Amino acid sequence: MQEFLKGLWRENPVFVAVLGMCPSLAVTNSAINGLAMGLATTFVLIGSSLLVSMLRKVIPKQVRITTYIVIIATFVTVVDFTLQAYFPDIHKALGAFISLIVVNCLILARQESFSSKNGLWRSFLDASGMGLGFAFALFTLGSIREVLGNGSLLGVSLFGKAFEPWIVMILPPGGFFVLGFLLLLFNWSAQRRKQHKIQPA
Amino acid sequence: MSGDGEHTTFVPEPEPSAFRLIATLGVAGFLSGLVLVSSYLWTKPTIDANKAEAQRQAIFQVLPGTADYETLALQDGQLVVSDEPGQEVVFLGRDSSQAFTGFAITGEEPGFSDIVTVICGYEPVEKAIIGYQVLDCKETPGLGDKIIRNEGFLANFKHLTVDPGIILVKNGTRKQPNEVDGITGATISSRTVVKLLNEAMAKWKEPINNYLQEHPEIKKRNDE
Repeated sequence: MQEFLKGLWRENPVFVAVLGMCPSLAVTNSAINGLAMGLATTFVLIGSSLLVSMLRKVIPKQVRITTYIVIIATFVTVVDFTLQAYFPDIHKALGAFISLIVVNCLILARQESFSSKNGLWRSFLDASGMGLGFAFALFTLGSIREVLGNGSLLGVSLFGKAFEPWIVMILPPGGFFVLGFLLLLFNWSAQRRKQHKIQPA
Repeated sequence: MSGDGEHTTFVPEPEPSAFRLIATLGVAGFLSGLVLVSSYLWTKPTIDANKAEAQRQAIFQVLPGTADYETLALQDGQLVVSDEPGQEVVFLGRDSSQAFTGFAITGEEPGFSDIVTVICGYEPVEKAIIGYQVLDCKETPGLGDKIIRNEGFLANFKHLTVDPGIILVKNGTRKQPNEVDGITGATISSRTVVKLLNEAMAKWKEPINNYLQEHPEIKKRNDE
């Protein structure tokens, strides 16, 4: 269970490991985009982790990275086609960032550091934890930016017409602002936890 | 104290043969290819249907009352009924009683960030644009992308005459029926839309007029 939970909070890929920054900043201009990107990445991560873990004894060490990339790219293309066919609006909103999941270092990092050394079940737990942690992070970023920058959440207007949206929040700089504040929050809470351990009340 | 015995000598694993490496990559590539081809074939019909449906909906939206349409292609400066792919086309709309509703025309033009694609409804008798919808645009969210759903901007295209040409004016100063109220903060995107419409009209007005003259029955049906 630890393998699953660590990705959600303590080793969160975005807020703690700061991996996969490109999609985290680029597509989180609305909650639904962030969530869709997160789930697409989760699917690719789980699929390739399972396959890599299954084949870890078959793949020679010298060509492992190439093979991982082939596996990841295949899953990404399948996701790309599926979204295009069944969720054309989301596919349009995410644009080129779907294909760029291939080069998300979160995915390759999990294959290299975890799935290639662990069994199927543990790899599955690790991948789903990390994937959902990534999705959670992107959803949080997207929600905050959408509320501030567009006055809505998941497309539902929150403040009515009088609200003057803070447009910079859905533009690229807003991504950096929000991510910066969230990283601050995470580091602060990690620090407090540490202090708590040192001087128990 | 570290003695010599604590050092584990590193014994390299035997190198796998080049054949094994190539075979691994080959098999991986082959399997991946199989998966890709099958998922492509699996999703293609749905993707094509989605695109066609999006186009249908757009045509119905820019030509109010339209229930059906014909595809006309430009061949040697003449409009011909044809729906072979890969041609430049306009759509002739008809309502449920087969009466003519207008032409739906698409146009593209580079905007602030990428190509903007627009479909508009054109009424050739009054020479006016009567509908407008953005099909594809990656303009700046919150600014340029107001050309998609800013109500004030959309109101320009309920009845916009195209002669002697569409002119962009500052927001709130529209007086003539051929003027477009621009969007404050989206000057370049508004200009793109106007340029796009002017160019689409310059290209299609003549062929459409010729077509209507050759087929007087199209307009006549409305007058009856």
